Amino acid sequence: MYAQMVKSEATKDDPEQLAAFQARVDADEKIEPKDWMPEGYRKTLIRQIGQHAHSEIVGQLPEGNWITRAPTLERKANLLAKVQDEAGHGLYLYCAAETLGVSRDELTEMLLNGQMKYSSIFNYPTLTWADMGAVGWLVDGAAIMNQVPLQRTSYGPYARAMVRVCKEESFHQRQGFHVMMAMANGTADQKRMAQDALNRFWFPALMMFGPSDKDSVHSSQSMAWKIKMNTNDELRQKFVDETVPQAEYLGLTIPDEKLTWNEDTKEYDFTEPNWDEFFDVISGNGPCNVDRINMRQKAWDDGAWVREAMIEHAEKKAARKLAAE
Amino acid sequence: MDHLFEFLLRQGDNALVLGHRTSEWCGVAPALEEDIALANTALDLIGQTQLWLGYAAEVEGKGRSANDLAYLRDVYDFRNALMLEVPNNDFGRTLMRQFLFDAFQVPWLTALSASSDERVAGIAAKSLKEATYHLERSSETVIALGDGTDESNRRMQDALDYLWPYAGELFGQDATDQAMQDAGVAPVPASMRSVWDTQIEQTLSAACLSRPDTSFAHSGGCNGSRHTEHLGHMLAVMQTLQRSYPGAVW
Ligand SMILES: [Fe+2]
Ligand SMILES: [Fe+2]
Repeated sequence: MYAQMVKSEATKDDPEQLAAFQARVDADEKIEPKDWMPEGYRKTLIRQIGQHAHSEIVGQLPEGNWITRAPTLERKANLLAKVQDEAGHGLYLYCAAETLGVSRDELTEMLLNGQMKYSSIFNYPTLTWADMGAVGWLVDGAAIMNQVPLQRTSYGPYARAMVRVCKEESFHQRQGFHVMMAMANGTADQKRMAQDALNRFWFPALMMFGPSDKDSVHSSQSMAWKIKMNTNDELRQKFVDETVPQAEYLGLTIPDEKLTWNEDTKEYDFTEPNWDEFFDVISGNGPCNVDRINMRQKAWDDGAWVREAMIEHAEKKAARKLAAE
Repeated sequence: MDHLFEFLLRQGDNALVLGHRTSEWCGVAPALEEDIALANTALDLIGQTQLWLGYAAEVEGKGRSANDLAYLRDVYDFRNALMLEVPNNDFGRTLMRQFLFDAFQVPWLTALSASSDERVAGIAAKSLKEATYHLERSSETVIALGDGTDESNRRMQDALDYLWPYAGELFGQDATDQAMQDAGVAPVPASMRSVWDTQIEQTLSAACLSRPDTSFAHSGGCNGSRHTEHLGHMLAVMQTLQRSYPGAVW
């Protein structure tokens, strides 16, 4: 997901306090920034929310790649507004993380120096306009699967950020689907682009949910704390079941020969993504990892003088005001 | 030549070209707040483009749409001011340009809101709300960056020095401008100069920046006679899909 393979931190807290905390979580009470919380809970959340925020920001890049080439004024406005929403999501999430005692600048530094990750999906390139359809439809679609349940997560600021984010994500998903529909109903070239985009994004989208439950460490503690609400496989299955009929409606073929409806389970059987590729991507060897971070680094460095000047100006202004009083 | 069509292209192309440049910042601005604010500005300008070019296409009466005008004209048919097509360079130049333009747009759109042409008046009134907000933001940013650090002051002065010779083109007074004035559609842009000068004076002094002492003004954008080399590259990017797949619906 936007937060993949988040390691839950061990906790060395007083057993009584821990039990009381767990009871609050079990009773679906929201944990707020000033409440006592286990150190492991805090650290795990910082990692998870930070990774989620970074994903929103790095996720601006593959779609930002097409803003200046959008084919009509309406599409340009829609895409720009969508990518702007993602920046907004990043902002809410950094603010949520800040309530846990880590600053946005610190988190940014950790993204840039590789200490923190972002979702594997944003390390794939966007090559044709149809990718703007595929990303909205599949990537935002997969994000929704994970984020809707996170609206009920135990940490108050995170849950509230998710409520705002989810409204916009479902809009993005529909917008992406409409781009895809125009392509799938378009010229032969457009249909070819649409199918090619689905071919390239299908398995990377399935990887967004993280490794199979049998290989997924750290999830039981996070689930007990209600900062992870469903297992990776549950969400992946739900995504496949919802997406297959949509692909059929578009007249596109999902690139999985083993994909079949299973009458017994009432679910689709499907091929697992190539997990070696997934581990390559998250360890830095995806098609775009280096370019994505270089681009974030360049934006951060190029913007340093602006951020410094803004602070300096605010200080001078405050000093002048004081002197005038 | 249809002067009203020409006039509308000037308004629409200014919004289109500056909106496009501004959209280039999406995802790479100095801070998230700036990223979001620049996207807002770009979105406003794209919306204004749709209105101006939509009306231009109707006035032309040849069955073209706003999208046809945006995506299927070549450099010499564009009518935007040169200042709006030069590259963003750094954030300083981007905001300085926005400010120089906004300071023109606010009095200009105010005047157009009283146009004898109701459609022009309507588009102008809607755009004016946006331009007023843009001016507030761009002037504040120019002041902050001019006043901030030695480096930011130097960058803002460089931006101003670079853009200044382009700014004069905004205050045109050619046959189209005259025809619009005669028809009561718009005053001649040259008449905006003194209001603009006052705004510029105020903001630059608060920003610790000095107004360049040249009155030289490049021209050739608003009448299409000679654009900069930069516009062709912008159009090559912007128009790629429409040019590569003629007739496709997106
Ligand atoms: Fe998002
Ligand atoms: Fe989204």
